[in-house]
Amino acid sequence: MALALQSLSLNPGKRVLPGFALSLGISLLFISLVLLLPVTGLLMQTAGMTWQEYWSVITDPRVVASYKVTVYAALIASLFNGVVGLLLAWVLVRYEFPGKRLVDALMDLPFALPTAVAGITLSALFATNGWYGSLLAEVGIKVAYTPLGIIVAMSFTSLPFVVRTVQPVLEDLAAEDEEAGITMGGSDLTVFRRVVFPSLWPGLLTGIALSFTRSLGEFGAVIFIAGNMPYISEITSLMIFIRLQEFDYAGASAIASVVLLASLILLFAINIWQAHYLHRIHGR
Amino acid sequence: MKLVKNAKSIALALALGLSAVPAWAADQRLLNSSYDISRELFASYNEHFAAVWKEKTGKNVEVRQSHGGSSRQAQAIIEGLRADVVTFNQVTDVDILHERGRLLPEDWREQLPNASSPYYSTMAYLVRKGNPKGIQNWDDLARAEVSSVFPNPKTSGNGRYTYLAAYGYAQKAFAGDEAQIDEFVKTFLSRVAVFDTGGRGATTTFVERGIGDVLITFESEVNNIIAEYPDQGFEVVVPKVSFLAEFPVAVVERHAQRNGNLDLARAYLEELYSEEAQRLLAGFSYRVHNEVVQAEFAEQFPELELLTIEEIAGSWSNAMEVHFGNNGKLDQLQRR
Repeated sequence: MALALQSLSLNPGKRVLPGFALSLGISLLFISLVLLLPVTGLLMQTAGMTWQEYWSVITDPRVVASYKVTVYAALIASLFNGVVGLLLAWVLVRYEFPGKRLVDALMDLPFALPTAVAGITLSALFATNGWYGSLLAEVGIKVAYTPLGIIVAMSFTSLPFVVRTVQPVLEDLAAEDEEAGITMGGSDLTVFRRVVFPSLWPGLLTGIALSFTRSLGEFGAVIFIAGNMPYISEITSLMIFIRLQEFDYAGASAIASVVLLASLILLFAINIWQAHYLHRIHGR
Repeated sequence: MKLVKNAKSIALALALGLSAVPAWAADQRLLNSSYDISRELFASYNEHFAAVWKEKTGKNVEVRQSHGGSSRQAQAIIEGLRADVVTFNQVTDVDILHERGRLLPEDWREQLPNASSPYYSTMAYLVRKGNPKGIQNWDDLARAEVSSVFPNPKTSGNGRYTYLAAYGYAQKAFAGDEAQIDEFVKTFLSRVAVFDTGGRGATTTFVERGIGDVLITFESEVNNIIAEYPDQGFEVVVPKVSFLAEFPVAVVERHAQRNGNLDLARAYLEELYSEEAQRLLAGFSYRVHNEVVQAEFAEQFPELELLTIEEIAGSWSNAMEVHFGNNGKLDQLQRR
C-alpha cells in the first residue's frame, strides 16, 4: 500500500481516476457531513453545561462503575477474539476443506445480524434453561445476566474485525517464508514466533483494537444478556440511554463524549504505533 | 390486513387515475398514538368505534394506530408526528406534550371524566405454578430467598409504577418512618434478578428464560401472560396494596385542529367511557369505572387498596424529580 502510494506520487501524470481536486473535495465534504458534523452536534449538546456539571455527570459513581464494566468486558472480549480470530483466519487461509466458502461467508454473520437479534439469541442460548446455559449451569457457570454475558455478546458482535483484518495479511504471507525457516532448522514454535508472528502482529493488533472500540459502544446485543444490575452489569451505553429517557440530552452527550474520546485516542494510538512498527520493520 | 387494504386502495386509486374514490374508502382518518402493548386492545376498540361513528354520522372512519414506548411516542409527536389523539400509559408523557410543544392545554386532565383516564390497572404479581415461595404481598418480595423481575424504573414507566407501589406500601407499613421505608425499598430493589429496559423484555426474561420467582407488571399484562402460556401454570397474585396506574387519553388539539378532526377525536375518546367500550376494555383485563361493567367482572378483579401518585409523592412532577431524577431517591437506594 505504502509502496503503491509512493510510486503514484512519483508519477503524478499516471492517475487512474481523473479530477483529483473534485474527488478530494467530495471526500472531505462527505467526511464533514457524515462524521464531523454529528460529532460537533454531540459536543454542542454539552456546551450548555458548566465544567463542574460536566465533571459531576461523567464521574457519577454509577457511571464510573459502568466504565469499568464496559472496559474490562471489552478488553477480555477483544483479547479472546484476538486468539480465536487468528485461529479462524489461519484455518480459512491455510487449509482446504469442504464448506470452506460457507464458513468464510458465515464469518460476517455478526455484522449482518441486527445486534438486538444477536442479543436475544445469545441470551436464549446462555440462559440457565438454554442449550449452552443448562450445560454450563451444571458446572456452576452462569453466563446470561452476569458480566460474563456482556463479554460473550461483545466478542460475538466484534469477532469479524479480527478475522477480516488478519486474513489478508496471512494471504500475503508466503508459505515459502515458513519453509525457509523450517529448512534453517527452526522448530515450529520458533518459526511462528520469528517469522509468522512479526508480519501478523500489526494486523492482529488493529483487529483487536477495532474489536475493542466496537465493544465499547455496543448496545443492542449487550442489553438483552447483561441483566443490567446497577454497579455490576450496567454498560456505559445504557447510562447514555437512561439519560435520553429522562430527556437529559446534555447528560447523555457528556457520557457519550467520554466514550468517543476513549475510542478516538485508542484508534490514533494504534495508527501511530503501526506506522512506527512498519517503519522499523521495513525501514521506510 | 390493514396493509393489504391500504395497498389495495392505493392500487385501485391508481387504476382509476386517482380521480374516483372507491365507495368503501374511509371518509375520515384519525391517527391514534399509543403505548406498546395496546395493539390488540385498540384494534378491537377501533372496530367498535367505527360502527358507532357510522351510525351517528353516516361516515366511514379509519383509525390508524402507532405503537411504541410511550415516552418515545411523545417525543415523536413533539418532533412532528401529527397524531390526533394519544392513549398513553403515563401521565407525564402527556404532560410533556404541553410543556415542550404546547400541543394541548395544561388542564387536559379535566377535559374528560376520571382525570382523563377511562380505564386503569395496578401492579400485580405473576408467580410460578403453585406459588412455591408463597408470595402474597410486597413484604414477601424483600425476603432473601425471593428473586423478582421487573423493568428498570429508569427506562420504563412500568418499572416506575412498581417502584412507587413498593414505596407506597412501605410508607403505610412503617407509618411514614423514612429510614425504615428507605431500608425496605433498598432491600426490595436488591432482590431484583434482572433489570430489563422495558416491560416486554422483563416478561421474556421471566417466562422464556425462567429467571426469578415473581414478575411484577400491570395486572392486565399478568392476565394476558397467563392466557398466552396456559401450560406453564402461572398464577396471578394481586397484593393487598398497590399503585393506581392510570392510562391517560387526550386530544392533541393543535394537531387535530390542523387535521380537521377535532370533533372526531373528541368523540373517539368520549366513546371509551360508554358501557359497551368499558366492557370491551374489561375484557382485556383493564379495570374500568362503569359500575355495571364493574359488577359483571367483579370476580376477575380482586379488591385492593389503590394508592395514588398524590398520596405517595404529591404529584407526578414531584415524583419524577425526587424519586427518579439524577441522584434522586432511586439512585440513592441503588447505591452500594
